[in-house]
Amino acid sequence: MLGKNLPWPPMAELLLELFSEEIPARMQPRAADDLARLLGEGLNAAGLSFETIRSFATPRRLTVVVNGLPARSPDVREEKKGPRVGAPEAAVQGFLKSSGLDALDQAEIRADKKGDFYVAPIERPGRPTPDVVAEIVPEIVRGFPWPKSMRWGSGRLRWVRPLHSILCVFGGKVVPIEIDGIASGNETSGHRFMAPKPFSVKGFDDYQKKLRQAFVVLDGSERKVIILEAAKKLAAKEGLELIEDEALLAENAGLTEWPVVLMGAFDEGFLEVPPEVLATSMKAHQKCFSLARGKDLANRFIMVANLVADDGGKAIVAGNERVIRARLADAKFFFDHDRKVMLEDRVPKLKEIVFHDRLGTQYERIQRTRMLAREIALTIGTDPDLAERAAILAKADLVSDMVGEFPELQGVMGRYYALDQEEDAVVADAIAAHYKPVGPSDQVPRDPVAIAVALADKIDMLVGFWAIDEKPTGSKDPYALRRAALGAIRLILENGLRIPLIAPLDSQSIKVGKTVAALTKTAGKSSATSDATVKWAGRNVRARSIDLLSFFADRLKIHLRDQGARHDLIDAVFSLGGQDDLLMAVRRVDALGRFLDTEDGANLLTGTKRAINILRIEEKKDNRAYDQPPDAKLFELAEEKALARTVDAVESAAAAAVEKEDFEAAMAAIARLRAPVDAFFDHVTVNADEPNRRKNRLRLLNRIRATTLTVADFSKIEG
Amino acid sequence: MNATPKAAARNVTSSFQDLILDLERYWAEQACVILQPYDMEMGAGTFHPATTLRALGPRPWRAAYVQPSRRPKDGRYGENPNRLQHYYQFQVMLKPSPPDIQDLYLNSLRAIGIDVANHDIRFVEDDWESPTLGAWGLGWEVWCDGMEVSQFTYFQQVGGFDCEPVAGELTYGLERLAMYVQGVDRVFDLNFNGGQGNEKVTYGDVFLQSEQEYSRYNFEYADTKMLAAHFRDAEAECKSLLAKGDDGERHLMVLPAYDQCIKASHLFNLLDARGVISVTERQGFILRVRELSRACCAAWLKTAAGGAGQESSLAAHG
Repeated sequence: MLGKNLPWPPMAELLLELFSEEIPARMQPRAADDLARLLGEGLNAAGLSFETIRSFATPRRLTVVVNGLPARSPDVREEKKGPRVGAPEAAVQGFLKSSGLDALDQAEIRADKKGDFYVAPIERPGRPTPDVVAEIVPEIVRGFPWPKSMRWGSGRLRWVRPLHSILCVFGGKVVPIEIDGIASGNETSGHRFMAPKPFSVKGFDDYQKKLRQAFVVLDGSERKVIILEAAKKLAAKEGLELIEDEALLAENAGLTEWPVVLMGAFDEGFLEVPPEVLATSMKAHQKCFSLARGKDLANRFIMVANLVADDGGKAIVAGNERVIRARLADAKFFFDHDRKVMLEDRVPKLKEIVFHDRLGTQYERIQRTRMLAREIALTIGTDPDLAERAAILAKADLVSDMVGEFPELQGVMGRYYALDQEEDAVVADAIAAHYKPVGPSDQVPRDPVAIAVALADKIDMLVGFWAIDEKPTGSKDPYALRRAALGAIRLILENGLRIPLIAPLDSQSIKVGKTVAALTKTAGKSSATSDATVKWAGRNVRARSIDLLSFFADRLKIHLRDQGARHDLIDAVFSLGGQDDLLMAVRRVDALGRFLDTEDGANLLTGTKRAINILRIEEKKDNRAYDQPPDAKLFELAEEKALARTVDAVESAAAAAVEKEDFEAAMAAIARLRAPVDAFFDHVTVNADEPNRRKNRLRLLNRIRATTLTVADFSKIEG
Repeated sequence: MNATPKAAARNVTSSFQDLILDLERYWAEQACVILQPYDMEMGAGTFHPATTLRALGPRPWRAAYVQPSRRPKDGRYGENPNRLQHYYQFQVMLKPSPPDIQDLYLNSLRAIGIDVANHDIRFVEDDWESPTLGAWGLGWEVWCDGMEVSQFTYFQQVGGFDCEPVAGELTYGLERLAMYVQGVDRVFDLNFNGGQGNEKVTYGDVFLQSEQEYSRYNFEYADTKMLAAHFRDAEAECKSLLAKGDDGERHLMVLPAYDQCIKASHLFNLLDARGVISVTERQGFILRVRELSRACCAAWLKTAAGGAGQESSLAAHG
């Protein structure tokens, strides 16, 4: 049936290469993935399945190879169900029209329970795979999801940079395609300088082999390995160690088709400049790796060329050394120059750095964070003066030349300048650490002063964006507020800090509100911030603060879930209300988890959920709550009386334990409910015929619910 | 070894002026008109009407020229080895961008004596945007052994208008390139005329004093009140010329209007160097210049060189 007279074997290989001018390094990996994904989807949608699909990117080409692809898509037979036999003429005509049949005798008749009905057979013959490919590829090229694309010459096509040729071969034969005047073929070119002559290929193995002969390593991950190994070897030869950098490695692999690793040197005198500065300068401007000699930076660097030079790379090394020298001279100039100005004197210049249109300048920010850093320092028992000092100076390096040139050195430079100007070392370290942790894998500051400033910075940022309703939504989080909240959470938990959050959130909200109001007034707009307050744990708190607290709870949930904790337990604790001490909430979650893992815990959960369900149903039915205490005189059975007694004792014991923050003891107290609850449900009928007795029993169930609420909201727990 | 016979005969291009002459000769051979610098102060060769305006409209255009570029803020009183408030750009415009534009460019490097078999040439992503011109394009900075020697841009929009066809723009930083070719670390040490001994004139001989004087002017003495007034005048004149030159169908005074836009842009740069423009005002100034350049570009499209009338005649034929 299939592929009888086709020029291809029943299964063949498809090779596609899109050859262009230099593709930005940062876009290559994603583009290769997209190409494989889109081609795979396109083939599948046409009914073509395949064994494997792999894609590759170099600076000048995107390549995809599909193996085990049938030469033809399968014939498809479908049936379209029609009206019953004997249905009105209009229905029959409609059916014929919609299924493309000329007359009813082309339809088949089927029977089901209700009688006979018509069925139209629809045959869709398979198509030769090259036809399918020739249709899919232009669509992929025209709609390719580049982050940025462009036109060139007089054409209309968009690609990341001008597209020059398309190699498309199926089973060794060219698949004819034409996109905006670019016709496909079986030719490609090698390295731009070392092997520019075009050559033809038969299939992927041939392609990859010939590319290698033409100085192109197709696979980006192989280029990374080549660079890394050669760099390490070269370093070891000089007794040095490569400072590895995955992003830099990937970038260099994306800038070279034939990576050649070379080593250069710079004047030792530059080593008096902080190592972070030297490394950043070499990396950011020159894409060079730094090297270490023991603990220190060495006056050597690794560059990755894209050429096997006739002179062995001598001219390339000399050229790069000259550029590095100029770069480091610039960096040294900035460093020397910056140190002439006291950090403190830079602070007023922060009035010119707008943090956000509606949240004011960095200067206004530090006027807020310095007070908050003090508050937090007092809460966690460290020196408030040092914390305030660090908060005041924390942003001063933003207006230094060095940070202007290398924004990624913010904080790091502030620390150097502070040390140079004989600030307290604790203050200097806090300046460097206050942005931390910047990501989930970044380390959390340990020093209490640094913690106070880091927390103040993050809380002010969150409160600020909450005040102007710029909260993260869906996938949009332009100000990285989720990261800020997670950072605050990790600062608190990993340092074991007791910080009831609602107070600082609320006090900061008032300060931010003033800035926002002032700016809104200047801009001539009506004030958009709301100062509405609500009752929370017995006091008046801004509704915004509660909203932000629940954002913290959500982030905490995700954080704990990532660490393997059960998210329903977090809900069960936060749903109690009044939870703003994250450390305590987490300890309670831990204790609850351990309790539920015991037999008593599991059984009590079942019993409690049963009680809650019955109550929910009956309260709804009767349209009233059974939240009054039960009447001891109305108890009839021993199990009721026993449960009523235990519940009272357990409640006060659990409450006392919670008060002492001894959650293990609270859980142990709650555990004593298990036996009487089980016995109650085994022997007592809640919905008794006698209304007063029923009412009393429902009230007893409510006592179970109320008592368990001293430790967690069991209704939120799954299982 | 890949150098042109002429360069090989002279060993290498050894002077600053030879570099310019070689580039002019090379691009002249590629059918470019070799223009002289525009006679106004501007921040980059892109401001030259031969680039900004000619990038728009359907007419093909090939030009190359040197443009003195003034960046008042970059002055360092002649004390920095690489930074200048006045330097030269060599600018090439090829419209539509030819398919072999990268090869043409690489051959120009060969023409000035860069041996691509021994030097690591790389095209590194660098997208270009000019907020004051309302222009952007995609391309690269071209690296030679880690040094940026050129900017390479496919113009996508100018003045907010799509470039159709797309022009390829090449910008060579001449001083940097010459420092590279001559192996010199300080710009003022460049051999300007190729002479030796008494006949040698350095870049410093020509420009050091002017760097010092202009740095004083740019940073300390320029009269900011006067500059601000000139800015307003240029802005008003630009708008007025654009209004007066517009006869509905066609525009008759784009180039004089655009001169005023160039002037305004440079005045803004001077004010900026004097440090009298706050961060918030800055954006306002940029928007005002952009408004002028947009309006000039729109007017340009109503001129013959901007292709006005061409489309309708094409339509009549087709």
